[in-house]
Amino acid sequence: MLDFEHPLDDLRARIDALERDAEADPNSDITRELAILQLELEARTADLFANLTPWQRVQLARHPQRPHTLDFIERLCSEFIELHGDRRYGDDPAITAGLASVGGRSVVVAGHQKGRTTADNVKRNFGMAHPEGLRKALRLFDMAERFGLPVLTFLDTPGASPTLQDEERGQSWAIAENMARLARLRTPVIVIVIGEGGSGGALALGVGDRVLMLEHAVYSVASPEAAAAIIWRDSKHAPDAAAALRLTAPDLLRAGLIDRVVPEPDGGAHRDYDTAAANLANELTPLLDDLCAHDPDDLVHARYQKFRAMGEFTQAPAATS
Amino acid sequence: MHYRPEFEASLRVCPACNYHDRMTAAERIALLLDDPPSFRELDAEVTAADPLEFQRPSGSYPDRVAKARALTTRNEAVVCGAGSLGGRTVALGVMEFGFIAGSMGGATGEKITRLFEYALRRRLPVVTVTASGGARQDEGLFALMQMARTTAAAARLGEAGLPYVCVMADPTLAGVTASFAAVADVIIGEPGATIRFAGSRVVQGTLRRRAPVEDHTAEWVQQQGMIDLVVARRELRRTVARVIAALAPHPAPAHAPSPPPRPAASPAARV
Repeated sequence: MLDFEHPLDDLRARIDALERDAEADPNSDITRELAILQLELEARTADLFANLTPWQRVQLARHPQRPHTLDFIERLCSEFIELHGDRRYGDDPAITAGLASVGGRSVVVAGHQKGRTTADNVKRNFGMAHPEGLRKALRLFDMAERFGLPVLTFLDTPGASPTLQDEERGQSWAIAENMARLARLRTPVIVIVIGEGGSGGALALGVGDRVLMLEHAVYSVASPEAAAAIIWRDSKHAPDAAAALRLTAPDLLRAGLIDRVVPEPDGGAHRDYDTAAANLANELTPLLDDLCAHDPDDLVHARYQKFRAMGEFTQAPAATS
Repeated sequence: MHYRPEFEASLRVCPACNYHDRMTAAERIALLLDDPPSFRELDAEVTAADPLEFQRPSGSYPDRVAKARALTTRNEAVVCGAGSLGGRTVALGVMEFGFIAGSMGGATGEKITRLFEYALRRRLPVVTVTASGGARQDEGLFALMQMARTTAAAARLGEAGLPYVCVMADPTLAGVTASFAAVADVIIGEPGATIRFAGSRVVQGTLRRRAPVEDHTAEWVQQQGMIDLVVARRELRRTVARVIAALAPHPAPAHAPSPPPRPAASPAARV
């Protein structure tokens, strides 16, 4: 439970208590009182979520109960065969990847995988991919192209793992090679930012024909803590960095850096995984049909032009140089 | 004690300890080209916009850009153009570390992307020299996207059979290491240059512990198998010329039609 959700939880507790009382005493009439409380909960939820600060969205995007890649795969895909290893070094549990079926169509999926328990998160390195995880995804991108399968990627990471061991195994090269491959892949690629889109580690799975983003997901050049460390030299300024970085889905849609915002259920995706996944499926199915009808040359060309257009600049007077 | 003129005549390399000091873009161009005055600069007027209206405690982003412009007499953190290297015309992009730590924003990415596209149109080899702290935070996700866009542009060179050499100078970090620099056909590090993915402040901010103290030098990165060569500055021009000559012995005529793309599924195709 997040701090800013406390007022809602008090209301939810009162509703639960009322329902328990009613069960205990079948003669009591709580219909009216319950209806009032539920209306109030709805109104206050809508109010709270309509005015989320960027930092509150970061907290929602990182909510321990938020649906992660496997939760979405489970709900979106009628078939899923998880595949392991990069055939070079090892298997990275921070990346989930495999063959799946969405709406009767075979696809390749790859996403960052956070854990829910502490033990699971340690195993999955909090969704921070090692180079071998990104290279597992790369191997599957190649396979998708060979078999003409579209690719779905799920972004949910604080960033790529930054330890000495990751440097030794070429983290920078893994990220760059994935971006280059995705940029030229001759099959449709749909990117979905489901939680935390952190920096190069996210972008390593983030180059696609369409970039969708869940309503309360965030996507940023660096985690707010890292940006605060760079800008304020103190990660305590993370809330300030979150606001300055314009990392929310509505901001990024306005900036033209993502294509669509996928609405989340009331109170956030962590309140209702099924609705969150169903909302995503509503967007995905027509998009897959559309993209799969395109010629690969056109897809690659349009994808190049899409990212080619991302970046603002201006003209300085020639006298300064 | 060593005197400055001697140090500068020796390409900012310490004669006693082989320390390779940082160079300006102009010094780099002079170092690499056969005839530096023949360098034809491209897109010199392209400079940063302020898409986020970004404020740091120390001032606004446009103020920082203005200071950087005054300091370096450049409009951006990369200088791009064409010139002769080893008797061949090459497209050359050199980062200017003095310009906001060589960080890559939208205008920087635009210039680098245009350079790759220029080389593609004219069928020229590309040489880049990187010296950068990474993505420019002041431009938020716009800055991150420069990694994708420059890398995508570099990837097209390989498909067209045009050589791409990257010289990683001190320091080459984060969003630049992990994008257009890393996908070069041949990567050369300068002796002692720091080359790494995560800067120490990022490691501290993310992992909440001190960054590892090990030196991430070009020599160390070469040992890990990530770069091809570590080349002393006085040998740099000759080495780059030899690599380009070996990869593309016959310069293609300008404006030649592109050859058909390589078979995309071939695992040997450059990614």
